[in-house]
Amino acid sequence: MSLVSTTSKIDRLAQLTAGTETSSGASLWREAMRRLRRSKPALIGGVVIAAFVLLAVIGPWIAPYSPTDQTWRGEVFSNRGEFVGARAENWFGLDHLGRDVFSRMLVGARQTLLVGVVSMLIGLLVGAVIGLVSGAAATLGGRFGQRIDDLVMRVTDILLALPSLLLAVSVAAVMGQSLTTVMIAVGVVQIPVFARLLRGSMLAQGGSDYVLAARSLGIRKRRIVVTQILPNSLSPVIVQATLSLATAIIEAAALSYLGLGNPDPSVPEWGVMLSQAERFFDNEPMMSMYPAVAIIITALGFTLLGEAMREALDPKLRG
Amino acid sequence: MSLLELDGVKVHFPVRKGLLFNRTVGHVYAVDGISLKVEAGQTYGLVGESGCGKTTLGRAVLRLVDVTDGSVVLDGTDVAKLPEKELRTFRRRLQMVFQDPLGSLNPRQNIESILSEGMAAHGIGADQDERRERIRDILAKVGLPSNALSRYPHEFSGGQRQRIGIARALVLEPDLIICDEPVSALDVSIQAQVINLLEELQESMGLTYLVIAHDLAVVRHISDVIGVMYLGSLVEEAPSDALYEEPLHPYTRALMSAVPVPDPEVEDRRERILLHGDLPSPANPPSGCRFHTRCPWAQPKCAEERPELTDAGGGHKVACHFTGEIKAGTLRRAGEPEPSAAPEPSAPAKTVPPQAPAPEAETPEAEASEGSSGEGKPGAKAPGAKASGEK
Repeated sequence: MSLVSTTSKIDRLAQLTAGTETSSGASLWREAMRRLRRSKPALIGGVVIAAFVLLAVIGPWIAPYSPTDQTWRGEVFSNRGEFVGARAENWFGLDHLGRDVFSRMLVGARQTLLVGVVSMLIGLLVGAVIGLVSGAAATLGGRFGQRIDDLVMRVTDILLALPSLLLAVSVAAVMGQSLTTVMIAVGVVQIPVFARLLRGSMLAQGGSDYVLAARSLGIRKRRIVVTQILPNSLSPVIVQATLSLATAIIEAAALSYLGLGNPDPSVPEWGVMLSQAERFFDNEPMMSMYPAVAIIITALGFTLLGEAMREALDPKLRG
Repeated sequence: MSLLELDGVKVHFPVRKGLLFNRTVGHVYAVDGISLKVEAGQTYGLVGESGCGKTTLGRAVLRLVDVTDGSVVLDGTDVAKLPEKELRTFRRRLQMVFQDPLGSLNPRQNIESILSEGMAAHGIGADQDERRERIRDILAKVGLPSNALSRYPHEFSGGQRQRIGIARALVLEPDLIICDEPVSALDVSIQAQVINLLEELQESMGLTYLVIAHDLAVVRHISDVIGVMYLGSLVEEAPSDALYEEPLHPYTRALMSAVPVPDPEVEDRRERILLHGDLPSPANPPSGCRFHTRCPWAQPKCAEERPELTDAGGGHKVACHFTGEIKAGTLRRAGEPEPSAAPEPSAPAKTVPPQAPAPEAETPEAEASEGSSGEGKPGAKAPGAKASGEK
């Protein structure tokens, strides 16, 4: 048959081209890191986050003044709308109680990072576990598993249906006022989001051909979930984590604004600063600008890095 | 004894409604009573248009979907009733090659991992070195370079990926390989490669295949026995050559007549049976013979009684009440001219009925158009024929 001879030619050609490529495929993670280093958004995001973390660590030592001492108390009269803006002495001006805003910003970075990261982690970890259970039960658990999935998802739906701020307020009201409460309250709000996201992503992967292939190979279900479905379902969760870090900071600020935030006034935090400055926005808009812009830049940094990570981790986009 | 015997296999998917307490409001009769036998070392081809349940049948054999009724017996073991634990180990003997070569490979696993995972699950090979040795062996057999091991699926071409899929099935040394549209996602030149590879492997390793496809040429080339499926059941089953020489069931005739002949003279003159209408919904199949809604020879009896698959001689099985009559020409198609009235070039043109709307493009074999359009008129194409030419 003439087909056979052409076939072997094509085969040889395929082998030739295969041979000229890099002889061994790079490991997925190493490859992802290489691509992360090359990507500009990742670089920018990384620099921003590094700067933020650095500030959070060394902030208290490099702050020129005490963040809590009302040193220039006699110069600011918030009830009369008299404020002091940026000047050589105080780079970012003074707040309504006569404290140095620049020092408060530097010292506040730590608290902000803590609230953002911890509450995001609470939401991510608890949500991911719920999503994993639900997704695994739904894809490979048969009829019984689908019941479990139904039940779990209805509960998360209830959580999701509650306005997030209301949920946070309720948690804060039940647990009393403290920093831990703020973190838990903000984290709890994120749980259903992560749970839904991971479950949905796992469901999509669970129906794919390679999962069918793994099942027909006779691989154990638990192993299929861990090695096949989960790794391919994580990208949207990673992106969501970076996004919710930004919202967590803002949520925490909203809680402080409602008087449910950290009651300790000796620890400045960007969100608290923003909510306090908001009252004087008409007279001194710059006072709220500094924490707002800082939050935005930080959030942007995390988002850029998250997006770049998603791209780097997606093997289909590799080239 | 045959290697694989299906007896009355049914796969019905419940259609559920409701938020918390799901009511079953009906069933999709994806596979509705199929019996067939696959002999060891042979290839059984399963053809049919999209949505006829051939893929579901393939998955039912592996029990990737649950079998509602009937038995799937592989070498004396009924897969349909095997407990979950035994099923997992039993799956080693039944493997599958998928339609989408890229989609069926985990993008985050390299080739070595993909190929060794099955062996690890079944305890084949003492350690990774031994497995790697075996993988290299299989890679050579399917014609992949051994440096493929540490690379990822996206780094390969479509044909190479399908070879990986075949290698994955082969490493477990299965008794039966189910090929679900193994080449339909590939270029024509690559199709030939993969088909030839499958044949070579069958010869050298004594494999048995159940090939599911919609491409009649591919199925004919590779199969020993062919089964034609329509809406969840077999309508005809025959040795490959017999089926192509003399298709007996009206549906098979229509399928065959949709394949173009590479000779313009013959192509223009040959008789084409064009089916009208779409494939009925498997959730609400027609009464009696499933095909009677589209059959040009349909009789009142067809709507009432479901024909069994019966032997019409020489292992050629057909599920039709009127096989003999259609073959002898005593039963005429709707719209077919009487043999006494010689086909005048102008005569049928007047009787061309209004055209049915163009069918969905997914099923090229089943042309939906009026039965008599363009008949006996070389050159002059009726609108129906044009519609099919555009696809």
